[in-house]
Amino acid sequence: MSGARPMAPAGSARDLAARFLADPGAALALAVFLGFCLLGFGAPLFAPQNPYDLTQVDILDSLMPPGSESFTGMTYWLGTDGQGRDMLSAMLYGIRISLIVGLLSGLLALAFGTLVGLTAAYRRGWVDTLLMRIVDLQLSFPTILVALILLVILGRGVDKIIFALVVVQWAYFARTVRGVALVESAREYVDAARGLRLGGLRILFGHILPNCLPTMLVVGTMQMAMAISLEATLSFLGLGLPPTRPSLGLLIANGFDYLQSGRYWISVLPGLVLLAIIISANVLGDRLRDVLNPKL
Amino acid sequence: MAEFIIRRALQALLVLLVMTLLVFFGVNVIGNPVYIFASSECDQACLTAIIEDLGLDRPIWQQYLTFLGNLLQGDLGKSFTHGIPALALIFERLPATLELAFAALVLALGAGLPLGIYAGLRPEGWGAKLIMAFSMVAFSLPVFWIGLIMILVFSVQLGWMPSVGRGETVDLGGLELSFLTLDGLHHLVMPALTLSLIMMAMVIRLARAGMREVLFSDYIKFARASGIRESRILGVHLLKNILIPIVTVLGMEFGGVIAFAVVVESIFSWPGVGKMLIDAIAVLDRPLIVAYLIFVVFMFVILNLLVDILYSVLDPRIRFGGQER
Repeated sequence: MSGARPMAPAGSARDLAARFLADPGAALALAVFLGFCLLGFGAPLFAPQNPYDLTQVDILDSLMPPGSESFTGMTYWLGTDGQGRDMLSAMLYGIRISLIVGLLSGLLALAFGTLVGLTAAYRRGWVDTLLMRIVDLQLSFPTILVALILLVILGRGVDKIIFALVVVQWAYFARTVRGVALVESAREYVDAARGLRLGGLRILFGHILPNCLPTMLVVGTMQMAMAISLEATLSFLGLGLPPTRPSLGLLIANGFDYLQSGRYWISVLPGLVLLAIIISANVLGDRLRDVLNPKL
Repeated sequence: MAEFIIRRALQALLVLLVMTLLVFFGVNVIGNPVYIFASSECDQACLTAIIEDLGLDRPIWQQYLTFLGNLLQGDLGKSFTHGIPALALIFERLPATLELAFAALVLALGAGLPLGIYAGLRPEGWGAKLIMAFSMVAFSLPVFWIGLIMILVFSVQLGWMPSVGRGETVDLGGLELSFLTLDGLHHLVMPALTLSLIMMAMVIRLARAGMREVLFSDYIKFARASGIRESRILGVHLLKNILIPIVTVLGMEFGGVIAFAVVVESIFSWPGVGKMLIDAIAVLDRPLIVAYLIFVVFMFVILNLLVDILYSVLDPRIRFGGQER
């Protein structure tokens, strides 16, 4: 922050950003997470090889350790897997799939859960009771168990795993948003808005919802980290993504067969990336909670 | 007490009914039930026979009632690959899973409780910070990744630990158990530790939070004032009160443990129900898959019921709380 300019007012975006970055761990986590987003979404640009284009993959190059050179003179910096795919390229594409699944399922669960939470808080009465009963029931089942059952019934697929992740996550958002919305709707500014005879929906979406945003952001970050981890676990079991769209979890599963023979890189390298993504997202969520301080 | 248990049991029954509805309609609407009960070599005539046999030409609610009737008689169909009733297969594999889960539970409580209590007693010390950092890492890392690294380090690199199977087992009243032989125990350590980490992290957090809350409550002050030994305060008065949330959460998470056992069992080739499910999915042994799902839901609902009852025994306020509200 420059010393000459006056401090940004407390609560402004600039002030929040400054406070967020004041913690070096959080700044590093943000850099790591954004870095992986860039690498993942730019995978076709950065990857030395398109790992799903069979003409570019040579089976003779399979199981080469990191740093090996192929017949064509290309260096496999991170080695190759059992089918001769360049691990670096496969991982970049894997990051993309993992991030897409995590972000998309997080956003959809956020949207649906927020809608349910706001509805419950706005309508009160039996609607509230009914919705919260459903939330309680959903939350009483362990996340991984429900996701497992759903995917066993539905089968593999990007859309199916996103659906399963939304099903296991929306209830967290619904409960948190309802809690915050109930607190907010008891505040003076809502009374003032009522005094101005603003419509109920306008108060709900125009005034109460924006005040729920900090909480939604914190819960959303944490849930996204969980979604990425859960997707990796399910894909590792062969229940999540199809083999044509290998995420980090599926890459680790592929490498698991070779682990016993000491070819560690096929499993361990994507695992380290997965770890870095999950931990950085968790640190981001923690720091966001500290900075935004929604009473969670 | 009796009234409380009956009320809870009725609720559990309702949830169970809803879950059978969900699984039944899930399987029937999304997947085609004919293919669930037909092997892949089935031709048209055989398919028609199966459709009639299963009563698929009847209205769906009638089919559901038949399904429910069979379920009540414990009939969940026969496994394709093993040729024996699915339920019998599940019960054959269950001891291995339960042994793993209980070993994990014992590890989680045995290590988590002292660590959490210590962190709660001295929250500012570096020991507490280390413990909390460990709990955060154990909580956020994917289970399969931890198992994988354990295999890589302890089996492949160091060669200390076996990474496959249960080892030698002892037959104890029809139950095959690993932990009674040295070889079995050797095989049990890594899978149980892997499975216990999430629970352990949770126990640490709950014990620490409980300590912070209970330590400053009036009855602890009074206990100190009346000269009760510190060890008795810690071991009886504090422990009893921090155990309440831990029992609830562990009970609720036990279903999660059974689900995570699927992951751990397939990594360590532990021959339990979880490994059976993954194998069944790989060969599309659908009756076995359906049977597993129904069984797990059933077990989970029963567990929740038991936790509620245990909880009300530990804390009488829960039992009588209903009338106040």
